[in-house]
Amino acid sequence: MPTPMPRTIAKLVLAAALLGPAATGRAAEAGTPAAGPAGGREKLVQAETPPFSEGIFPCSSCHGDLPKNGARRELAFHDEQQSIFSHDPEHLWCLDCHDLQDRDVLHLINGTKVPFAESYRLCGQCHGDKLRDWRLGIHGKRIGQWDGAKVYFLCVNCHNPHSPRFKGVTNVVVEGKATVAPSLEFLKPEPRPRRPEEQRR
Amino acid sequence: MSGVSEFLRGSVREVTTGKRGYWLWVGFLLAAVVVGGVSYAQQARQGLIATNMRDDVSWAFYIGNFTFLVGVAAAAVLLVVPAYVYQWKPIKEVVVLGELLAVSALTMCLLFIAADMGHPERFLHIVPIVGSPNWPRSMLTWDALVLNAYLVLNLVLVLYLLFRTYRGQPYHRKVFLPLVMLSIPTAISTHTVTAFLYNGMASRPYWNASILAPRFIASAFCSGPAVMIVLFQLLRRTFRFEIKDEAIWKIAELMAYAMFLNLFLLGAELFKEYYSAGEHLLYTQYYWQGIGGHRALVPYAWLSLSCSVLAFVLFLVPRTRRSFPTLNLGCLLIWAGVYIEKGMGLIIPGFTPSTLGQIYPYTPTAVEWGVAIGVFGVGFLVFTVLVKIAVPILVGTFRAPGAIATGHDTPEGPGAH
Amino acid sequence: MSSRRWPAGEDGEGTPRPAGPVQVEELAAGRRSFLRTAAAGAAVAALSGCGDSLEDFFRRRFKELSPEEVARVLERVERRNKERFGKDTTVRADGARPGVEFGYGLDISRCVGCRRCVYACVKENNQSREHPQIHWIQVLEMEKDHGVDLAHADLYYEADAVPRPGKFYFPVQCQQCRNPPCVKTCPTQATWKEPDGIVVIDYDWCIGCRCCMSACPYGARHFNWAVPTLPPEELNPDQHYLGNRPRPKGVVEKCTFCIQRTRRGRYPACVEICPVGARKFGNLLDPESEIRKVMETKRVFIFKEDLATHPQFYYFYAT
Repeated sequence: MPTPMPRTIAKLVLAAALLGPAATGRAAEAGTPAAGPAGGREKLVQAETPPFSEGIFPCSSCHGDLPKNGARRELAFHDEQQSIFSHDPEHLWCLDCHDLQDRDVLHLINGTKVPFAESYRLCGQCHGDKLRDWRLGIHGKRIGQWDGAKVYFLCVNCHNPHSPRFKGVTNVVVEGKATVAPSLEFLKPEPRPRRPEEQRR
Repeated sequence: MSGVSEFLRGSVREVTTGKRGYWLWVGFLLAAVVVGGVSYAQQARQGLIATNMRDDVSWAFYIGNFTFLVGVAAAAVLLVVPAYVYQWKPIKEVVVLGELLAVSALTMCLLFIAADMGHPERFLHIVPIVGSPNWPRSMLTWDALVLNAYLVLNLVLVLYLLFRTYRGQPYHRKVFLPLVMLSIPTAISTHTVTAFLYNGMASRPYWNASILAPRFIASAFCSGPAVMIVLFQLLRRTFRFEIKDEAIWKIAELMAYAMFLNLFLLGAELFKEYYSAGEHLLYTQYYWQGIGGHRALVPYAWLSLSCSVLAFVLFLVPRTRRSFPTLNLGCLLIWAGVYIEKGMGLIIPGFTPSTLGQIYPYTPTAVEWGVAIGVFGVGFLVFTVLVKIAVPILVGTFRAPGAIATGHDTPEGPGAH
Repeated sequence: MSSRRWPAGEDGEGTPRPAGPVQVEELAAGRRSFLRTAAAGAAVAALSGCGDSLEDFFRRRFKELSPEEVARVLERVERRNKERFGKDTTVRADGARPGVEFGYGLDISRCVGCRRCVYACVKENNQSREHPQIHWIQVLEMEKDHGVDLAHADLYYEADAVPRPGKFYFPVQCQQCRNPPCVKTCPTQATWKEPDGIVVIDYDWCIGCRCCMSACPYGARHFNWAVPTLPPEELNPDQHYLGNRPRPKGVVEKCTFCIQRTRRGRYPACVEICPVGARKFGNLLDPESEIRKVMETKRVFIFKEDLATHPQFYYFYAT
C-alpha cells in the first residue's frame, strides 16, 4: 500500500523510534532545567525530509504495473544509482534493501517493511554503533533548540545509500521543503583566513 | 608656598639659557617630538592597524620599548646603594640625578603604554573607586600601582631636595634618607612586577620561565647606569660637577658583575631550551636560528649578544674600564645589546610561533618608529630640562633670591650626610 | 564630548573620520606643567580617535548597572546601530539561566575542514570582514602522522576539496575555560566568566591593553585593530550586549557560544551550519544532553590540558 509522507506521521513515528524505551524515564524527569522558548522539556524531534530525487516517489507509480523480477542483474533504468553503487557491491544489490513486492517501502533482514522515513532502521542493522550514536545525537547533525525541539537529519540526508561514504552535502528542495541531500562531490572549503601580513592598512 | 613662583621663573630661565650645543640638542629633541606627534595622530585616526601588530603578535615595538625603559628606571636609582656603601662624596647629586633619569624613563614608559592601548582615554577604569582594577590578580594593576608609586616617590624626593637646596636650607636627613631607602625596594619591585607580567602567562612558554625576573634585574643593572656614566662625564665638563673618576669606575665595575650575571642567566636559559629540546624550543629557535624561511630576528639576536659580550669584556678588563673612550663605547654597546634583548628580543619570540603554531614575521611600521622616536624625544627632553634645572641648584649657581649661595659642601646643609 | 570637531554620530564606531590637527605642545619650564600638558595632549589625540560620548565616559561597569540603567544602555546601543547601519536592531542582555553550564563537543574524526562554521559565525556575530578580518573560529589543518601537533599545523590551507589526503582538521575557538587566564590578567575586569560558563567582554569597559590576548593559550581572542568593516546589509539585528553587537575599534572580542542564541535555547550558529555534525552543544548539568552522552560514550580530551585552564570545550573522536 503506497504510503504518503505527511509530516505529522513522520514526526510521531520518529519520536517513537528515537525516544524508544527511554521515553518513560525522560518524561518522568522533574526538577529539570527551566523550559526554553520551545515550550518545554519535550524532545519531540522532527526529521528532515528524505531527499528523494525529483519525481522518483512514489515508486509504485511505475513499479505498480511492472513485472516483479527478483533476480540479481544489471538494470535498464536507475542508472543514476547503479553507476555509483558502492555499498558493499560484492554482496549487496538493490533488493537487499528495496522491497520486491512494494517499492514504496524498504525491508529489514527479517522481511519487516520499513517506510523511507525510517530508513535508519535499515542502516542500523549493520551499522549498529552508528545508530546508537545517532540516537544520542553524537553522530550526525541536529539543529534547533539545545533545550527543546530539535530537527534530526536522517542517515540519507548526508549519506547517499547507494554510495554511502560521506563526500559532501547540498541544499535541495523536496516537496516544497528545503532539506539537505548528499552530494557526490567533496566539499570545497571556504576561503582561507587572511594572513596578518596581508592585513595592511 | 613662598618662593615657588620665583623658583618656576628661575627654572624657566635656567632652561632657556644655554650654549649652542644645548640648543642644537633641544632642537633635535623637539623635532623628534613633532615626528612622534604626527605619527600618533595617524595612529589615533586609523586605529592600531597603523602598526604592524596583529592578533598573532599583539604586543610588539611599543611594549618592547616599555620593558627596556622600566629597567632603566629601576636601575637608575640603584646607584644609591653603592653611593652609600662606598661613601661617595657627592652622594646627594648621584641620587638626585639617578632619580631624574628614573622620572624621565618612567614618563617614557607611561607614554609607550598609552600609545599601545586601544582606548587610552579609558585609563580611569584601572583606577580604584572610579574604576574596577582587577587587583590583586592582574599583574598589570600591580605594574600600574608600582610604576606610579615609584614615579611619585621620585618626584617627591627630587622636589624636596632641590627646593630645599635652592632655598639654601638644609634638608632633613630623617625625611630624605628613609625615602631614598624606600626607593630601592620600590625600584626592584617595579621591574620584578613587570617581569611577572610576562612570567605569569602559561600560554607563552618563552616567558613562562622562573628565570625571567632575575634576568630582568640583571639586564637592568647592567645597562641602566650606562646613561649615568655618560652623564657624569658630561656634567663634569659643563658644570664643574665634582665626581671622582673612581666613582665612575666603581659604577662600571658593578655593571661588569651585572653583565656577567646577565650572560650567565642567558646561558642557563639556552642550555635548558636546547638540551631538553621540547616543543618550547621553537620560540628560542625562532630568535636565534629562525624557523623555516622566517629569520627576521636572527641578525638582531647575534648582534645583541655580540654587543653584550664585547661590552662585558670592555668593562671587565680594568684597563679598558678606566679608559674613557673604551668605557663610553662599552656603555653604548651594552645599551644596544640590552635594548634588543629586552625589547624586541623578548616580546616577539614570545609570540612567534603563535599559540596555534603559526608564524607572523613582525617588523615595526613607520608609524611605530615615529611614535617611538617621539616618546624618546619627550623622555630625553624631560631629562634635559630636569637636569638643566637640578644641576645649577646642586652646584650652587641657582639659588633663591636672598638665599646663601653655598656650594654643596656645607655641613648640615645640602651635601652633608 | 563637546570639543569634538566631527559631525554628529559616534566616532570610533562608524567610518573613520579625520582627527583635528595635533597641537605641538608649548614646552613650559618645570616638569609638572610639562608632564601635565603632555598628558593632556596625548588624551586629546586619543579622544579624537576614540570618541566615546560623555555618558559612556562616566558610566559604571556593566555588572554594576541597575536594570533601568541596563535598559538605557541597550537603548543607546540600538540607537547607535541605527545611526551606523540604518537598520533596526534588538539588543538584549539575557542573563545566564540557573542550572545551566554549557558544554561544547568537537568531533575531530568528523570535521572535514570546510570552514562553513567560520563564516556562519562571522555572519551571526557581526565580525569585521576586512581591515581587519576577524574570525572567531580558526580551523587548523594537521597531519595524520603527527596527530595533534601545532608545529605541523596550517591555518591557511587551501584546497579544491576537503578533506585532503593525509590531513585532519582541528577547529579552535574560545574554550570558555573554567580557570581562564584572560579573566585573571585583565586589569579592569572588563572580561569575566558568567555563571553558565561563557566568558564575556564588556566592549565599553575594555581599555584595549591586550593582556588577555597574550594570556590566552588558544589564540581565541581578537582585536579590532581598526573600525570594523561591517556591511549594513549583512548585519545580524538580533544582538546581545555581551555578544554580537557591533564593536568599536580598539577593543577585544571572541566567541561567546552565540550568547544571543544559546541563552534563548538555540544552538550556536557553528553547530547548526556544520554539514557533518561534528559539533555538539548542550547543558553539562543535564545528564541526557548530547554533550554528556559524548563524554560517557566517547573519550574526550582537552586542548593544551597541561595549562589547567579546564575548558568547557571538549574534543573527541566518535570513531
